[in-house]
Amino acid sequence: MSVKSSIGRLDQEKVVLVISAAMFLIFAMTLNGFATIPNILSLFQSVSIIGALGLGMAIVIIGRGIDLSMIAVMVMPVAWSFMQIADGMPVSMAFGFAILIAVGLGLLNGWLVAFVEVPSIFATLATGMILFGGMQYIKVQSDIIQLPPVLEWFNTVMTRTTLGVPNSMVFLLVLSAIVWLFLRFTRQGRFIYAIGDNPMAARTTGLPVRQIVVLQYVLAAVLALFVGNVLAAMVDSANTRLFYSNMMYDVILVVVLGGVGLGGGKGRISNVLAGTALIGILVNGMTILDVSYMVQNLVKASVLLLALVVDSLINPRDEQTSQQGDI
Amino acid sequence: MSDTYSNDRPGTWTRLRYRLIPDHAIGEILSKPWIDTAIPVLFLLMLAGFFSVVSPEFFLPANLNNLSRILGENMLLAIGLAIVVIGGGIDLSVGSIFALCNFVALALIFHFQVHVALVFPLVVLCGALCGAFNGLLIGYLRLRAFLSTLVTLIIIRAIVEILALNYASTIMSSYDANGWDLLDFVADGSVFGLPSSFIFALIVAVIAHIFMTRMRMGWHILAVGGARRSAFNVGIKVRFTVFMTYVISGALAGAAAYFYAARLNAAGNQTGLGLELIVITGVVLGGVSLGGGRGSITKAMIGTIIVVSIVNGLLRLGLASGGSTAILGIILLLAVVVDIRWNKNRLKVLNRAYVSPTLVEMDEMPSIEEGSTSPYARNAALKDARPIGLGVLDGPEDMVLDDEGNLFAGSREGDIFRFFGPDFTRHELYAHIGGRPLGVQVDRDGSIVVCVAGMGLYRVTKEREVVPLSVRTNRSFFSVLDDSRVRMADDLDIAPDGRIFFSDPTTRYEISGWLTDALEGRGNGRLLCYDPKDGRTKTVLKNLVFANGICLMNDGDSVLVAETWAARIRRYWISGPKAGQDEVFLDNLPGYPDNINRASDGTYWAALVGVRSPSFDLALNMPKFRKRMISRVAPDNWIMPNSNHGCVIKFDDDAKIVGSLWDSPDGSHPQVTSIREHKGKLYLGGVFNNRVGEIDLPDADQEWTGYTSYWGTKA
Repeated sequence: MSVKSSIGRLDQEKVVLVISAAMFLIFAMTLNGFATIPNILSLFQSVSIIGALGLGMAIVIIGRGIDLSMIAVMVMPVAWSFMQIADGMPVSMAFGFAILIAVGLGLLNGWLVAFVEVPSIFATLATGMILFGGMQYIKVQSDIIQLPPVLEWFNTVMTRTTLGVPNSMVFLLVLSAIVWLFLRFTRQGRFIYAIGDNPMAARTTGLPVRQIVVLQYVLAAVLALFVGNVLAAMVDSANTRLFYSNMMYDVILVVVLGGVGLGGGKGRISNVLAGTALIGILVNGMTILDVSYMVQNLVKASVLLLALVVDSLINPRDEQTSQQGDI
Repeated sequence: MSDTYSNDRPGTWTRLRYRLIPDHAIGEILSKPWIDTAIPVLFLLMLAGFFSVVSPEFFLPANLNNLSRILGENMLLAIGLAIVVIGGGIDLSVGSIFALCNFVALALIFHFQVHVALVFPLVVLCGALCGAFNGLLIGYLRLRAFLSTLVTLIIIRAIVEILALNYASTIMSSYDANGWDLLDFVADGSVFGLPSSFIFALIVAVIAHIFMTRMRMGWHILAVGGARRSAFNVGIKVRFTVFMTYVISGALAGAAAYFYAARLNAAGNQTGLGLELIVITGVVLGGVSLGGGRGSITKAMIGTIIVVSIVNGLLRLGLASGGSTAILGIILLLAVVVDIRWNKNRLKVLNRAYVSPTLVEMDEMPSIEEGSTSPYARNAALKDARPIGLGVLDGPEDMVLDDEGNLFAGSREGDIFRFFGPDFTRHELYAHIGGRPLGVQVDRDGSIVVCVAGMGLYRVTKEREVVPLSVRTNRSFFSVLDDSRVRMADDLDIAPDGRIFFSDPTTRYEISGWLTDALEGRGNGRLLCYDPKDGRTKTVLKNLVFANGICLMNDGDSVLVAETWAARIRRYWISGPKAGQDEVFLDNLPGYPDNINRASDGTYWAALVGVRSPSFDLALNMPKFRKRMISRVAPDNWIMPNSNHGCVIKFDDDAKIVGSLWDSPDGSHPQVTSIREHKGKLYLGGVFNNRVGEIDLPDADQEWTGYTSYWGTKA
């Protein structure tokens, strides 16, 4: 074996992992209380939600799309179902409706992108606004919706640990495994890669491109709903203000940072986990350093910008190859 | 066959319907460039109606004044964003830049006590610098516009939050400004009852419109947005152009923030939150296409007025929280969907709506049976035509011989060739005009006058100088299409007084669509007259069905005009007692007449470009059938008039058919578009042929020439 192949190509994922490790070491040596087991566990717990959303986003981005409506799906149907349960609706029925709403939004996103041919970024931006605004208008007027008493067991489960690992962390790992299995071994998963890599070729080959694109958005929406329930269980309430936060960009950050190319067709679940690790370490370190929330935003956004620049350098586009209307 | 015809005769109502209802206007309106703007304008009017019913206080001066102040600020943002979007990008960071510039303006005015007039350029500079950062990322580093401006949105927003948290109370501790009067005017002043920011936005809009439509940089932006690769390949500095769009957008966000700062004096961190969504929705709703290349400042302004009015109106209606977010989302989605579907299907819709068949009733076609007594009876007279210019000419629609016996013919590449008589074996490129030369005629001084499709009427002098004579005529008052351009000059003839009569077969199609015009069967053509005395051109006869060949009659008082798809020839008096009148001269020809020219025995030759077919005659009688066909069948499969089998006919001054000359099935002149007689020979042209044909006319006057027939023997 040649030296080159034994070292392997220096791709973005490895760079990110090396940076993460370096940052981990630096923080561990310089910061008091960083390299303790409770801190490490809380570190992973804090980013498990972002990471889990990143899995859904990765599915869509690999298929050459983007889904900005995930936060709306994460907060609104969950908050709505909690209110319904508090008002006396059976739990299964409330969740059933919530799933219907999420699937419906996923179908709408997919239909808009695949059939109406709206750029995914606009379609999902608008549907997110419509879902959030609409449900707020109809029912969910307050910002914080408490977890209904019948679901308290959920909170207990999510705040416990399994074999010393926080259950939120377990949740992320299990979810990662499922998405990995889906993308790696199912026919639909492979199709998503093919479509993201070259939609025209995929269509010519005879893949059901439009149906698969719809599937991507439905999966992302259902995943977001699931994550929303887990998040609400972890903090004992659903917080609709998250819609106005920068959470969406944190999700894109971990996905792009880890090396999932925005051009589609490139990336694995390990990329998302690597990006999640880097952001987790960064945020945790900054929190210990008592950096304000706003400066953290500034730093995260700058890191994302850097990741975008690196992405465009690794996957360059120029005037001859870029597609018209690709914004 | 005649039974079928008579059974299908349309009733009086059908006739009236096709005579009175201008179907073609729909397609013509759709083909207007302003149609993209018309829909949002209609929407705006409906919205105004809605608000006047639901909340009449919306139109109170106080509210309108406040609304137009907000509008002024948002319009500035929209102009900048429109320029970015037309250039093929998008700028989500305008709201954040707006907030940052607002903070900077307040700090300069109240804390640093900079004169209010000087603050303006500084704030605009601040915005431009933020825009330049975006421009560097997107223009030079080739990042994706949407994501990178999202990130700069967050970065600048974070900076604003940090600044507001730490310094807002410091800078707002005093309300003492250097230049208070000006500040007051910027904040609350009015000119002619309109708020200062609104006036400023209007001025900027006018400048931006001129910039985008009349200046090099604006054209470059349009080119880059419309076809980035082509713009790059023709040498436009694509990266710099993209960079500049973001700088402009940032600078205008700074200008908007200046007015906002003066109006509200608020340094809070909520400034401009979500503003980009309102502005983007407005710009797209107005009809500026995402992805670039299509749009105007006017469209952006109209869209912004709609969205700002809706948001403002919803606030007045006291909608519960979330309602306005949802409605803004729905409008954004609708605007994007309509934009995308419209752009994708615009040409398809236009093509289908544009062709508008009308009712044409053709009489039963006269017999062309070989060996019959019909004057149109088929023969093989053109079979042995000798070729001229084989390998040189491509599509000589018409040809003419001058007083020296040289033959001139046009060619598809826009050239006029001269073939030297009497054997026409030598030739030279006489003149290059461009366009598609069709009819040619020789003038008294030996110069060649040419009808050039797509260009107009041209003269090639003896010195081979190409002189444009007529490219436009008078604009009809009631025509939706601008019919002042001579669209497809086809054939001409010259009156004794020097006036040139020429035909423009259709005002609705270019030359490539000449067969499609047959599907309409409407009188889209016209007869034009160029008067050399004042150099002007007038339309003298309208509503001709594909006005084609023109020939001055022997009396010198009237011209014959072939109406191709109506299979008839019309006579129009140009002078004498009946000047200005017209009548049908020859009706129900067996084919579609093209050019007409004089014969040596005082009669006339006419070329039939194709022979009528019963199926197409029947289709002409059924406009609904043709409409259905156009909308459901691909153009390649449309039923078309036959143009593969024609002939030459001869008729006299009393419209009596004297005879006809046909090609044999294996001949070289299946389709004849023009004929000229010269010294006992007949020359044949064909618009799709690769030669001019020559046959002998043994019975004709062997000394007769067209030139002497028109202009007498040369002195």
